Amino acid sequence: MAELKARTPCGDMLPLTHGAATVTELDLGHVTSVMGFGDDAAVSNALEAAHGVAFPKPNRSTGKDGDRCIWFGLNQALLIGPAPEERLKETAALVDQSDGWCAVSLSGAASADVLARMVPVDLRAGHFKRGHTVRTQLGHMMASITRTGVNSFMILVFRSMASTLVDELGTAMQAVASRRT
Amino acid sequence: MRLECPICGSRDRREFYYQGDAVMLARPAEDAGADAWDSYLHLRDNPAGETRDLWQHEAGCGAWLVVTRNTVTHAVSRVALAADVKGGKA
Amino acid sequence: MRIKGKGLIDRSAPVTFHFDGRGYEGFEGDTVASALLANDVTLMGRSFKYHRPRGVLTAGSEEPNALITVGTGAASDPNVRATMQETYDGLRVRSQNAWPSLDFDVMAVNNLVSPFLGAGFYYKTFMWPRKFWEKLYEPVIRRAAGLGGLSGAHNPDTYERAFAFCDVLVIGAGPAGLMAALTAGRAGADVILADEDALMGGRLNAETYQIDGKPGHVWAADAVAELGGMDNVRLMSRTTVTGAYDQGTFGALERVNHHHGGRGKGAPLECFWRIVAKHSILAAGAIERPIAFQNNDRPGIMTAGAVRAYLNRWGVSPGKALTIFGNNDDAHRTAQDLADAGVRIAAYIDSRAEVKIAGDFPIYRGAQVFNTGGGKELESISIRTISGTEKIQTDCLAMSGGWNPTVHLTCHMNGRPTWRPDIQAFVPSEGSIPGMVAAGACNGTFSTHGCLAEGAAVAGKVLDMLGKAVPDVGLPQAEDAPYRMEPLWAVAGKGRAWLDFQNDVSVKDIKQAAVENFRSVEHMKRYTTQGMATDQGKNSNVGALAVLADATGRGIPETGTTTFRPPYSPVSIASMGAGAQGAGFAPQRFTTSHRASVEAGAPMIEAGLWYRPSYFPKAGEKTWRQSCDREVGYVRRAVGVCDVSTLGKSDIQGPDAGKLLDFVYTNTFSTLKIGRVRYGLMLREDGTVMDDGTCARLGDQHFVMTTTTAAAGAVMKHLEFVAQCLHPEWQVAMTSVTEQWAQFAIAGPKARELLNGVLDAAIDNDSWPFMACGDVSVLGVKGRLFRISFSGEHAYEIAIPSRYGDSLFRELVARAEGLGGGAYGMEALNVLRIEKGFITHAEIHGRTTAFDVGMADMISAKKDCIGKVMAARTGLVAADRERLVGMKPVGAVKLLSAGAHIFAKDAEAVRENYQGYVTSVCFSPEIGSYVGLGFVKNGPDRYGEVMRVVDHLRELEVEVEICPPVFFDQEGGRARG
Repeated sequence: MAELKARTPCGDMLPLTHGAATVTELDLGHVTSVMGFGDDAAVSNALEAAHGVAFPKPNRSTGKDGDRCIWFGLNQALLIGPAPEERLKETAALVDQSDGWCAVSLSGAASADVLARMVPVDLRAGHFKRGHTVRTQLGHMMASITRTGVNSFMILVFRSMASTLVDELGTAMQAVASRRT
Repeated sequence: MRLECPICGSRDRREFYYQGDAVMLARPAEDAGADAWDSYLHLRDNPAGETRDLWQHEAGCGAWLVVTRNTVTHAVSRVALAADVKGGKA
Repeated sequence: MRIKGKGLIDRSAPVTFHFDGRGYEGFEGDTVASALLANDVTLMGRSFKYHRPRGVLTAGSEEPNALITVGTGAASDPNVRATMQETYDGLRVRSQNAWPSLDFDVMAVNNLVSPFLGAGFYYKTFMWPRKFWEKLYEPVIRRAAGLGGLSGAHNPDTYERAFAFCDVLVIGAGPAGLMAALTAGRAGADVILADEDALMGGRLNAETYQIDGKPGHVWAADAVAELGGMDNVRLMSRTTVTGAYDQGTFGALERVNHHHGGRGKGAPLECFWRIVAKHSILAAGAIERPIAFQNNDRPGIMTAGAVRAYLNRWGVSPGKALTIFGNNDDAHRTAQDLADAGVRIAAYIDSRAEVKIAGDFPIYRGAQVFNTGGGKELESISIRTISGTEKIQTDCLAMSGGWNPTVHLTCHMNGRPTWRPDIQAFVPSEGSIPGMVAAGACNGTFSTHGCLAEGAAVAGKVLDMLGKAVPDVGLPQAEDAPYRMEPLWAVAGKGRAWLDFQNDVSVKDIKQAAVENFRSVEHMKRYTTQGMATDQGKNSNVGALAVLADATGRGIPETGTTTFRPPYSPVSIASMGAGAQGAGFAPQRFTTSHRASVEAGAPMIEAGLWYRPSYFPKAGEKTWRQSCDREVGYVRRAVGVCDVSTLGKSDIQGPDAGKLLDFVYTNTFSTLKIGRVRYGLMLREDGTVMDDGTCARLGDQHFVMTTTTAAAGAVMKHLEFVAQCLHPEWQVAMTSVTEQWAQFAIAGPKARELLNGVLDAAIDNDSWPFMACGDVSVLGVKGRLFRISFSGEHAYEIAIPSRYGDSLFRELVARAEGLGGGAYGMEALNVLRIEKGFITHAEIHGRTTAFDVGMADMISAKKDCIGKVMAARTGLVAADRERLVGMKPVGAVKLLSAGAHIFAKDAEAVRENYQGYVTSVCFSPEIGSYVGLGFVKNGPDRYGEVMRVVDHLRELEVEVEICPPVFFDQEGGRARG
């Protein structure tokens, strides 16, 4: 019998390096939209009980690699890593988004400068610290950007826009690299 | 132009979608009559001064916002969640 | 000529560049203007209107005359100021607006017919006859009066845009700006210091002053070095802040790579910055004013400050025998610096009678220059003194009418500057730009000490507001000479005395405008073109106002100024639109089947941001119609597979999900059974149709709505609007799942046979009837199955997590081919739906109602919904509205075209007889002819009527019979089978 083969959004377009910035594709495991109906504390308690991560405040994330929860919009967070436990459904709407988003990591000393070419938000280390996250635009794409380290970011855009993401990051990385000579 | 989203903070105008006058919040009842509906849908003030609009933080948190701003000075005096305004919380 | 030992250029780094094809030597640090002057080239351009020979007037971005084109071919860049273009080895520049050459320009004949080209000539001369405009006036004016031209070729350069943020944006790096940046920087504030020059320091690089016992330019370099070492300070040289916008946003153009050849791959020529600053300090300096007198535009005449800059910064004397003419003490500095450098001064002319100056050169007090002599370069000046007139031989005249603070940015939000009589100039009005304070020369403070002190003071004020301690930076020692001047705008006399060099506006033109009653400053500007074009009157505006004020008997403050608008200096469109060339214009959205479709040779067409296959050509097919007809046949007789993932999909959950759906759809969804799908119609609040689609109930509180591809974003926004703005009390959560699922339509009599080959548990008509939905297992992967049809055939849509989309699509197509079918594209999809009379946004285009499309019955009487009240307006349900119909050709011509208009059979095809229009057409292989959908007045009442369809654009005329919009399987039995 035939078997379905999985493809990642970026496939062979990544990794990509220009100058002091590198983009690689991330395998996030399960990605689940968690949306409450008003009782935020209940959702947070349920999340904590089930996965050990609280429901994050706006522009923040909780947990760490493997079990992370990032704020994702009005009354919405993304649980990244584990498959959500059934009992979460008692307090929140859960929607599988594991295939909906293209996730990449941008890292290297130039990564904040690269993002400054595309993102209208101050992402410099002094203002946007590890664990901070934003919903914003990256070029014309709706995006979620989270700082994961001193010089690294996790970027999510719609899966269908993966090639635009790679193209535009590549252009910005080249432009930034050209200034470092 | 920048707006202070109550959830996300100060953001560039490009992240926001502009809808129009905040009277859109006060939807008349089904039987309110033609004048009320005409007014709701079509009649808008055009003040030189303070005005209230609906915006959506489309590329951000997705919240609909009631923005109070001055059409002469462009100063934005208040941004509130539409849900709070509608629900009497703001 | 170059002066030994002077200037900040790097004499160890000579460069060769070309001007109008001729090679010249310069040094690193030179501009084209300074290097040409060093080579004794004074003629650098021809004027805009009269093609008068012109040289350089200034040494900065305010230069109105010396505009050049840089580069060649597609990469050429017109209207670059020679005063701003840095020289480098291999640079090629050329003069503009002269033909056949700069030296001999035939259009200079304009200068002789100038009486016809004075103020308002556009309005007077080119009024009639009207038809002359396109053939004669336009092309002639374009050729005769113009600046540099574009290459006409695609711009091959890369441009960049970027965002920056700071606590304090300091605009200008002269003494005030440097002092402000040092103060704010040492306090730890997040500072951006931007300056349009390559070398920061402002006038300190052009003067001989000492600061703290060292040359000003050394103090500036030390300050820049200190700032460069601070992590919290960002230095942006070659960056012009071009506009001040709302809420602390600024536009700034960085000239990243104009100053050298040989850029690396992907390196941008320019970067357009959007800078967001909590506070800003304007330290933009001042611009020197020329004085108007007859023939004051000859090459060799420039501002006194510019002469000082060429001497002190670039080590160039712009002449061998200089004359200086001024109305203020500053002009005297030019004379002193030149004398100190050993340059011969033929005369120093001061318009003030009582003035204490000294120097080892002839001094004329209470005197005025009233004319000049020479051809393409200055040879002499004529002066009038108390004792008579006198002619003096000179090849360079330095003039100074005083200084205008650079207030421009403070006016960008409609602020009006304030007139200060003591300096006879406008200064910024406080609070013109929220968060901005001005310091130094742009604020009317002209001494070096004053600039340093004010820079430190305003930075202190800003630090206070930021809640930061003000550091003790100490004030360096510097000159504090008072600025003494007596106004002199225009010297009385005959002939043309130039005010606006770039637009060829003279004192006479301004007076003429006043005589003709264009007395308002904004009228005068438009009538005379004073202060227009790239220059925006930087050198000339105040002078022109003074002349207008005089001519109208008013004071300058009463006369007012014209409005300064962004940009401060020209910004290339390419930089503002950086990144948006080609595919960068908008994101591209690719479905998971994209690769497979492209491999199959399918031409991809844009559907919003998405790309979808038009058709899948097979060997031997010569036209798209052959492919399309074959694909339609797959669906009608076997099975076809089509990617429908681009349709919007919203996951809607919560106790009130049903309420929300009942409110946004015209029909009822709260009664829908779990495991069933229903077609729904959505209205805008004004009663017109917004969108249609299906909605499936997956659980008690769980629905998945589909929208059209085109309206997916708008519907999502609408749902959020309803949930947040109209009914925030409803408990409902929704999110888009468009990207999560790859979804494929499987349509045709053999659809179930195909499906059962990939489903882990087979289905039949009882377990999965028409409009059923639910979870399925597809080759071991959990998916969803919906039995819905957009073709009228027995059909399904199968959804699978996107990672498996590519694999499942290939599998489905291969299996369909085994059953005598295959993939079908947008063309076939369109034929299939037109044959069935299914609507798309060709029909629900924003002006049609549910009544118009024959769906008035779908508006439930039992509940309120968005658009219900307004849809019931009598005008929107009148029988004679244009209503949906089908049509088939019945005459000799068998072709139909969308967009054509419909008329009664015997009526003339003119607007008055208009009866409707055609929205969608296709060739129907099943019917064997073209069929169409459209809207006709009283539509359904006219079935059987023969009407006339005229496409005026394509010149097509067809007779059609109006019929019901469903052409095929009217009873719908095929979808249920």
